[in-house]
Amino acid sequence: MNTKILKYILLDLLRSKFIISYTLFLFLMSMSVIYIGHDSSKAAVSILNIILFVVPLVCIIFGTIHFYNSREFIEFLLTQPVARKSIFWSEYLGISGSLSAAFIIGAGVPVISAGINITGVYLLVTGTMLTFIFVSLAFLSSTINNDKVRGVGLSIILWLYLSVIFDGFVMMIFYMFRDYPLDKYIVALTSLNPVDLSRILILLQIDISALMGFTGATFQKFFGSITGKFISLMLLLLWIVIPAFISLRIFNRKNF
Amino acid sequence: MNTIELRDLCKSFGKNQVLKNIDLQLKSGEVTALMGPNGSGKTTLLKSILGLVIPDSGKILVNNADVKNDFHYRNLIGYMPQIANYPENMKVRELFAIVKDLRGHKEITDDELIDNFKLNEITGKNFGQLSGGYKQRVTGALAFLYHPEIMILDEPTASLDPLSSEIMRNKILKEKQKDKIIIISSHIASEVETLADRLIYILDGKIIINKTLKELKNGSQELKLGKTLTEILAPVLHNKKS
Repeated sequence: MNTKILKYILLDLLRSKFIISYTLFLFLMSMSVIYIGHDSSKAAVSILNIILFVVPLVCIIFGTIHFYNSREFIEFLLTQPVARKSIFWSEYLGISGSLSAAFIIGAGVPVISAGINITGVYLLVTGTMLTFIFVSLAFLSSTINNDKVRGVGLSIILWLYLSVIFDGFVMMIFYMFRDYPLDKYIVALTSLNPVDLSRILILLQIDISALMGFTGATFQKFFGSITGKFISLMLLLLWIVIPAFISLRIFNRKNF
Repeated sequence: MNTIELRDLCKSFGKNQVLKNIDLQLKSGEVTALMGPNGSGKTTLLKSILGLVIPDSGKILVNNADVKNDFHYRNLIGYMPQIANYPENMKVRELFAIVKDLRGHKEITDDELIDNFKLNEITGKNFGQLSGGYKQRVTGALAFLYHPEIMILDEPTASLDPLSSEIMRNKILKEKQKDKIIIISSHIASEVETLADRLIYILDGKIIINKTLKELKNGSQELKLGKTLTEILAPVLHNKKS
């Protein structure tokens, strides 16, 4: 990573209307959820649902569009005496850093001010990790496809699959093979989806996993709270690292 | 004395073979003009030297060193692309600061184009507020800023107004006296006649002509490049059709 390039990318993004609007949107949503209801546990679940839906969508679409819009700037940087991987990491950290800052300010200030203590911290950690994960996936679809429309299309499909289709798919498998002891396999399947993993991480913390989603209940049954949280966090880290490194590999061989 | 050498360079994009076994040597003190129809491989050739395009096979040597997996050699190069676009919230002075940070080892900068293009008046503006022509002027000024030994200019006057084009041409002529390698891609025959010492004509990824302008004049007082090219290329194009 090149800190000098990163500094200017961050400066550019933090001034963008989109990032400011995203911060305001998260702030207003979180504030209204917290102050309309009076139960902090319910508020945490509501904010969780916003995070699980909005953060992945915004990060993957913004990350993808930004990558394509920065193509000429990336080309310009590549003609300077600086390594390709430094440019890649500066771009990656610039986008994930600015989106994370928007998330931490937008959702974090209301959550902390409402006194949702340790659960609030978990919400912020999970949201930030989801930000990094979906920017990694955005970079993956952008480096694979030279064409912007295809790249954005792939990103939408990835989001739709991980946020909407996947849980239904797991439920369908469980229902079809309900006569077999599938719990272990369901846990393994869940690790294939960062959105489900994030949900489990928070639900294990709030301790109402049985009420929210079928996979959460299974996860708690297998791992118990602390082990479950640790494994979820490690798997989320893998979800950041693996797509990012595959994208770097493609970026290093890419023609501009 | 700097040198660029391309050895048996090939590049394909899918089924489309853009560069076919290119062999080329360029040396200091010569302005080389790269001409050819759209899609003939000019930009791909320039981008290969810059490391933007990765060749399928062959070698690129800058000062006798293979540039594969190297980026330090780009310290020697100033590049002006055909299209310039920068982050819309970035200020012009911030872009200059990035380049300074990346090449900051050189104390003295060449501010001639900054002055002549009147870029001092717009350093506080965001790129989102600038016209395409102004962005191109900034790119031009940046290409010359750190006295590069090798200049790669991809249609440098294409997006500039007539006055700015003239400023750019005069600057290139000045740099020509400084024993640099200057490569210009252009479609404008009169511009090539004014600026270049050598002409390389690429057709379908192959070098068809590699001659000095003196050789192309062939003893006559005046060179009419358009006419000369037509005469040389007519049999090649005829063979291609048949």
